[in-house]
Amino acid sequence: MSARIETRPDADQRDRKKVRRAFSSPIASAFVILICVLWTVPTFGTLVTSFRPQADAAKNGWWNAFLHPNFTLANYQEVLVGSSGSNLQGGIFQSFINSLVITIPATIIPLALAAMAAYVLAWVRFKGSDIVFFTIFALQVVPLQMSLLPILQFFSNGVKIGDFQLIPPMTEAIQGFWGIWIAHCMFAMPLAIFLVHNFVSSLPSDIFEAATVDGAGVMRIFYSIVLPLIKPALASFGIFQFLWVWNDLLISKTFANSPFILPITYRIQMMTGSLGSRMDLLTAGAFVSMLVPLIVFFCLQKYFVRGLLAGSVKG
Amino acid sequence: MTEVLLDSLPKFATMLQMLVGFFAIIGILIFAVGLIRGRAQRPLAIIVLLGPSLLLVTVGLVFPAIRTIILSFKNSSSTDWVGFDNYGFIFTNPGQQRVLLNTLCWIIIAPIISTALGLVLSVIADQMKGKAEAIAKSLIFLPMAISFVGASVIWNLVYAYRDPQYEQTGLFSQMVMWFGVDNPPNWILMEPWNNFFLMMIMIWVETGFALVVLSASIKAIPKDVMEAATLDGASGPRQFVFVTVPMIRGTLIVVYTTILIAVLKVFDIVQTMTGGNFNTSVVANEMYNQTFVQFNVGRGSALAVVLFVAVIPLIYYNIRQLRRERSER
Amino acid sequence: MRRSHKTTVAVLASLALVGSVAGCSGGDDGGDDATTAASEATMSAECAAYQDYAGHSGTTVDVYGSILSPESDSMETAWKEFEECTGIDIVYTGDNSFESQLPIRAQGGTPPDIAVIPQPGLIQRMATLATGTKAVPAPDEVKANIEANYSSSWVDYATVDGEFYGGPNSANMKTMVWYSPTAFAAAGYAIPTTWEEMMTLSDTIAATGKKPWCGGIGSGTATGWPATDWVEELVLSAKGGDVYDKWVAGDIKFNSPEINDVMNILDGWMRNPNYVNGGFGDVATIATTTFQDAGLPILSGECFMLQQAGFYGAQWPEGTKVDPDGGDVAAFYLPPYDASTGKPVIGGGEFFVAFNDRPEVQAVQIYFSTPEWPEARIPVATGWVSANKAVDQSLYTDPIDKLSAQYLTDPEALFRFDGSDLMPAAVGSGAEWTALTNWFNGTSTEETLAAIDAAWPTD
Repeated sequence: MSARIETRPDADQRDRKKVRRAFSSPIASAFVILICVLWTVPTFGTLVTSFRPQADAAKNGWWNAFLHPNFTLANYQEVLVGSSGSNLQGGIFQSFINSLVITIPATIIPLALAAMAAYVLAWVRFKGSDIVFFTIFALQVVPLQMSLLPILQFFSNGVKIGDFQLIPPMTEAIQGFWGIWIAHCMFAMPLAIFLVHNFVSSLPSDIFEAATVDGAGVMRIFYSIVLPLIKPALASFGIFQFLWVWNDLLISKTFANSPFILPITYRIQMMTGSLGSRMDLLTAGAFVSMLVPLIVFFCLQKYFVRGLLAGSVKG
Repeated sequence: MTEVLLDSLPKFATMLQMLVGFFAIIGILIFAVGLIRGRAQRPLAIIVLLGPSLLLVTVGLVFPAIRTIILSFKNSSSTDWVGFDNYGFIFTNPGQQRVLLNTLCWIIIAPIISTALGLVLSVIADQMKGKAEAIAKSLIFLPMAISFVGASVIWNLVYAYRDPQYEQTGLFSQMVMWFGVDNPPNWILMEPWNNFFLMMIMIWVETGFALVVLSASIKAIPKDVMEAATLDGASGPRQFVFVTVPMIRGTLIVVYTTILIAVLKVFDIVQTMTGGNFNTSVVANEMYNQTFVQFNVGRGSALAVVLFVAVIPLIYYNIRQLRRERSER
Repeated sequence: MRRSHKTTVAVLASLALVGSVAGCSGGDDGGDDATTAASEATMSAECAAYQDYAGHSGTTVDVYGSILSPESDSMETAWKEFEECTGIDIVYTGDNSFESQLPIRAQGGTPPDIAVIPQPGLIQRMATLATGTKAVPAPDEVKANIEANYSSSWVDYATVDGEFYGGPNSANMKTMVWYSPTAFAAAGYAIPTTWEEMMTLSDTIAATGKKPWCGGIGSGTATGWPATDWVEELVLSAKGGDVYDKWVAGDIKFNSPEINDVMNILDGWMRNPNYVNGGFGDVATIATTTFQDAGLPILSGECFMLQQAGFYGAQWPEGTKVDPDGGDVAAFYLPPYDASTGKPVIGGGEFFVAFNDRPEVQAVQIYFSTPEWPEARIPVATGWVSANKAVDQSLYTDPIDKLSAQYLTDPEALFRFDGSDLMPAAVGSGAEWTALTNWFNGTSTEETLAAIDAAWPTD
């Protein structure tokens, strides 16, 4: 939140004056405000609904809540400490912690691996490196749902060629969070590599030439030059990855072998009830689960406002 | 509460062990390879840096993709070969043709609108004062933080329809009535427009992504380029078209590509809003239904293969783009 | 490289081990041997009823199903005593995409110990899997218990290739109509006992300018299922059990004179613009109204009747009084279209199917097949009914549960399982839902029936 354009050098400001004139006209500002309102109202309506009693919410639209104010915290109470929220399997706090335990490694590890792979594919090219890159790129389109069963079979049967067990079953090894972590990493790789590759490949080539002339090897260029430069890009991709993992339920419930390690999305699904939607609880639950993504977003926001590569190329 | 925290300590311990272990191994490998002098370093570096990703991708995506292709030539229980029957079904059955048509509309409309809107907004937001910029971006980015299931809850409260003799619960229906329409249409049933109402949700989610990535890229345009353009006397809109857009072309394509692939795979929105009814089904949704609800594994796999094929032109375009970028560098 | 790879595997493996022990220990590891020894001797007085299941203390059985909170909470409360006395920890996981996830988990080799399967078709799939871990037939004690206390159709639905796979959990009755006793009393309407009476009543209400019926078939990914129930009710009550069985098996097509006839009856009932859709609008709103909301206009007097199963009772807002004597809502038995078919009852239910024959899993299965299980579950919360004839009927406190149990355990009743759960998934969980949803949106009957027939699998 703290980062401002004002912190930029004056020269930079001047350069942009011309564009500013065209895009800071009242029409442009009105356009942005309009979009902001359009984008926020549905969410806002849901937020209001989450504070309305069940009967009211079923009777009329959320805007009526302002004409005849009648708000309640009952929905949140039910979600957080009520019977459907907390009594069995450790309650919503436990699933909250599970979500953290699942999401943190499933965000950091794909980032690290993607940085490594993207660097190789962009700058340490070898015969066939483009084919590798575009194969990985194309794999983005493989639907998650089609991969679940083969991966599960891989974990529980290993790989067999004829009677020869090439890779042993990993049923024991994927107890707990392991299966979930590994699966998330697998699905994250194509997009992560594709996006990070975009940043890495846009680094100016003279940096690499200079370093090579100085005698730096492939590895040294990676950790002493590339890694520091792409940090902001990694941070911003990290947010997206974090959001995707945090909001996932399918992978977790396929690879978890016990309800004690399932994330908060599982808890919210349980709340909806066997017979479908309890809108009042669902809206409250949705906001509870949004809390962490929003905090993360605001904490890392400076990378967005200032720019993903702004700090780097100048160096 | 304390009990829950104590209970969760072992989980955090596992997590830390995992992370420390991972970074220790990777760190040691990178360091060790870095010590090697001469020509041997390069191939080893490639193996160490690229190997883990390739392993994950091969097991998690390449094998499943090959398996899917094989299954698409088999019957519903994968016991017999049926040749191209499943593909024949997809391209001749009227219901399936409608699915293909809907998907085509989705991939043409949703990515372009999201990307264009994101681009325009990012340029305008770039000119706004610090705080206003941050607020505007945050509000537009907000939908990214919401799961698709949450999004469908939110949009149900927009599109819900009731007979006008009762009070509306859907904002959209109510707004139309405020503007003097006596009986708003039942949006979700309104073919073929209902497809666009569903696309709106996708656009709502993805615009934030486009905005954030593009705006970062705009801010990264080197000063001297802008200076030169200003000296040449390029005015605002001209500068936007002839300087800004070409400078961020690479990112623009990445954003468009990413959203397009996300749209190809869109399934949660359709599943939760209409379940694919009222002629709103798309390939990814149909694939899920055929495979996991109706257990027609062959047809479901064939639909997945259609997705693979649909992405080929996009790959081709990206390859050309990458070549071009390299030659310019 | 090879050496470091090995170390990686070792490190990963040991980490995993630590993780699994840390993550999964329930805190009851200590003193297992002692408790086991004790329980094998005799259980304490209050646990005497569970003596048969002794000897498995310290074990865990995981149960997986589509039942979600709060119903799943009641279920867990009901087996708590069993867990405490036997020392078997029953861990339940509920999943809203159970039907698609169970095959993945079973084929992937990581099925639950026991799955609570709501469709006989899925039991068959799980029993005949080509890869992964198949369902295992139930122990003989379970079969004996079920044969003794349930009508034979329940045994048949859980039998695949001559092997019996598991006993029912709860059962539900669909052949009922929700109404408001207060509204009926105020307007002087009597509960109809024949189809003709029901139609006359509908006309009477329609003549007042109000809509007698409401309905909603929206249900997310399963949109359309309530409409399949309406068709099933009419096939069974207008054409009889024989036609029903042939229709479900695919020997009578949808586009046959019988089913066309049934669709015409339904057309004059739930697609009759004078009759529907009270509280929501025209006929097409049936397709977009969620089934959960469908009955709410009954409370506000905008609608008078809703055909929906007994489990709809969970949808009434808190504080709604369910009582045939002056309550806000209650239900009556849906009169058969043709009284000569007898006492047709359409219902559903779930079956406990095991994927493992460990002794503790079998112990749990056997417990679930006894009348003690329903008797432990019924008092916890209303809305749960068993088709077990040996269950003490006085345990039911809710009038709807009583009505359901009465018909489900009636030896005279012509009971049939929900047909869409028996048909191939491509029809019963696919084309039939979609086509009927479109039917309410205006598609012709002919086109609708042809579309469903076209989806019937050929191989």
